Amino acid sequence: MAREVHGMVEKRGAGLWLTHVFMILGVLIIFFPIWLAFVASTVTQPEIVKPPMPLWPGAHFWENYSEALFSGVNVPVTTMLINSLVMAIGIAVGKIVISLLSAFAIVYFRFPGRNFFFWMIFLTLMLPVEVRIVPTYEVVAGFGMLNSYGGLIFPLIASATATFLFRQFFLTIPDELAEAARVDGARPMRFFWDIVVPMSRTNVAALFVILFIYGWNQYLWPLLITTDPEMNTIVMGIKQMFPSGDDVAEWPVIMATSILAMIPPVIVVVSMQRLFIRGLVDSEK
Amino acid sequence: MEKRVTFRGWLLPLMLIAPQVVVSAVFFFYPAGQAIWQSLFIADPFGLSSQFVGFGNFEFLLSDKFYLASFATTAIFSILVTLCSMIPALFLAVMADRLIKGSGVYRTMLIWPYAVAPAIAGVLWLFMFNTRVGLVSWYLGNLGYDWNHVLNGGEAMGLVVVASAWGRISYNFLFFFAALQAVPRSVIEAAAIDGARFWRRFWTIVLPLLSPTTFFLLVVNVVYSFFETFGVIHTITSGGPQQSTTVLVYKVFSDGFVGQDLGSSSAQSVILLIIVGLLTVVQFKFVEKRVHY
Repeated sequence: MAREVHGMVEKRGAGLWLTHVFMILGVLIIFFPIWLAFVASTVTQPEIVKPPMPLWPGAHFWENYSEALFSGVNVPVTTMLINSLVMAIGIAVGKIVISLLSAFAIVYFRFPGRNFFFWMIFLTLMLPVEVRIVPTYEVVAGFGMLNSYGGLIFPLIASATATFLFRQFFLTIPDELAEAARVDGARPMRFFWDIVVPMSRTNVAALFVILFIYGWNQYLWPLLITTDPEMNTIVMGIKQMFPSGDDVAEWPVIMATSILAMIPPVIVVVSMQRLFIRGLVDSEK
Repeated sequence: MEKRVTFRGWLLPLMLIAPQVVVSAVFFFYPAGQAIWQSLFIADPFGLSSQFVGFGNFEFLLSDKFYLASFATTAIFSILVTLCSMIPALFLAVMADRLIKGSGVYRTMLIWPYAVAPAIAGVLWLFMFNTRVGLVSWYLGNLGYDWNHVLNGGEAMGLVVVASAWGRISYNFLFFFAALQAVPRSVIEAAAIDGARFWRRFWTIVLPLLSPTTFFLLVVNVVYSFFETFGVIHTITSGGPQQSTTVLVYKVFSDGFVGQDLGSSSAQSVILLIIVGLLTVVQFKFVEKRVHY
């Protein structure tokens, strides 16, 4: 994003240094909670419960992380990580697939009920899981999907946002391509696979980043439907690691788990930064 | 906008759209309908039978002082979260925009918190302010301030606000930064030639040009603080002390799942439904406006 022309509003000297100072301070303040969690995950329990805790990492990194990963508090964190991964990928892929298909139907066909379905999908925007907590729980329980991956994934899989995004994009695909496909006698699905899907690659990738984080960071829904610790996701499972009553929490293990819970989404966001920003801007438009 | 070239047939498109429609119907519309239906009944404590009460649940709610308090809590909470996440984000974006080199590095650092789940953010802030082991509360204690968010409602509110706003700063930063980069250089330079200093240019030119982004962010941050902060509140305060951090979504959860009061919880869901509907309409009206901007 560097600008080619720096005219007379160029900043130099003291002003520039001050700007850097503010930015560094901002980054430090914003990073501090994460740093402190990391430090806590590398020291021993006695070092934490006798404040002030150190500000520099200790020597117990492997000890704490292996305890978290392989024994945890209720269930090994590895199990929760796998559950989160399945849920996040399931939601992201599921949303993308059903949205690609329905956007293709809406853009490239005229069929009875088209407008009705379009508005129906639109209206799901107004129904976040938070406003239909109890009845959705009852539906999932009725299907026997409590404590299952299906129960974690399906109720969150409909996506008005993704459908609209793909619809907008499909509308920009030149008509000549569809025309040519029809002249060649290609069937619609052939056109979908050979032209539409390859052209949507970037959009799919950008959306995947956003949806993966959405799925990974879910809290309320897994909290409701996974009563079996074996099915807990890592984001909701951390709260379950705190003891009830007056017992002292096992801070090093809990903080190691917090760090483990943020690593996958952070890797996705930072490594796919351009796609992430694109997806963020697109999906909010 | 419509395509001029389309394919023939109606069975195939219906099959293509079916998965989305079935999921929406089963997990969105049916439960929403159930919520509306259940909001008209009162179930007996054992859940064996229920009695039709019309708008009784709503009348009860709107005269219930706990529910009205929860409305006020939600309003205060969302205003504070929105302000605490937008103002630092705007400041950082203005600073980053002044930099010609290195803004990419800062941006990479600043987007981290976006990836941190609200519930995890709650755990991180709880750890810093924990009354027994928290580093910040310990230093506050040394300064003579006795921090105790477990007992003090105001402090509890402060903590959930900061923890909720923290991750949001990244998000707002990205949008403000992109908007600032899009401000035409020529306008800024013209003002600079006329002798307007940095902050004067900021208040009179840049900020007005940012108003579409600002308004957009206001709406999405309010939506965020209404619906996506459950994890923060549940991990830090569980709605307490004395319901001082029980926002509307938290109350639906605690009345419906913990208190098992289905009629009231459903009526609360319906009220939330109306609020989301209004917010969505505002958002879309605005998006339309932004397109023409």
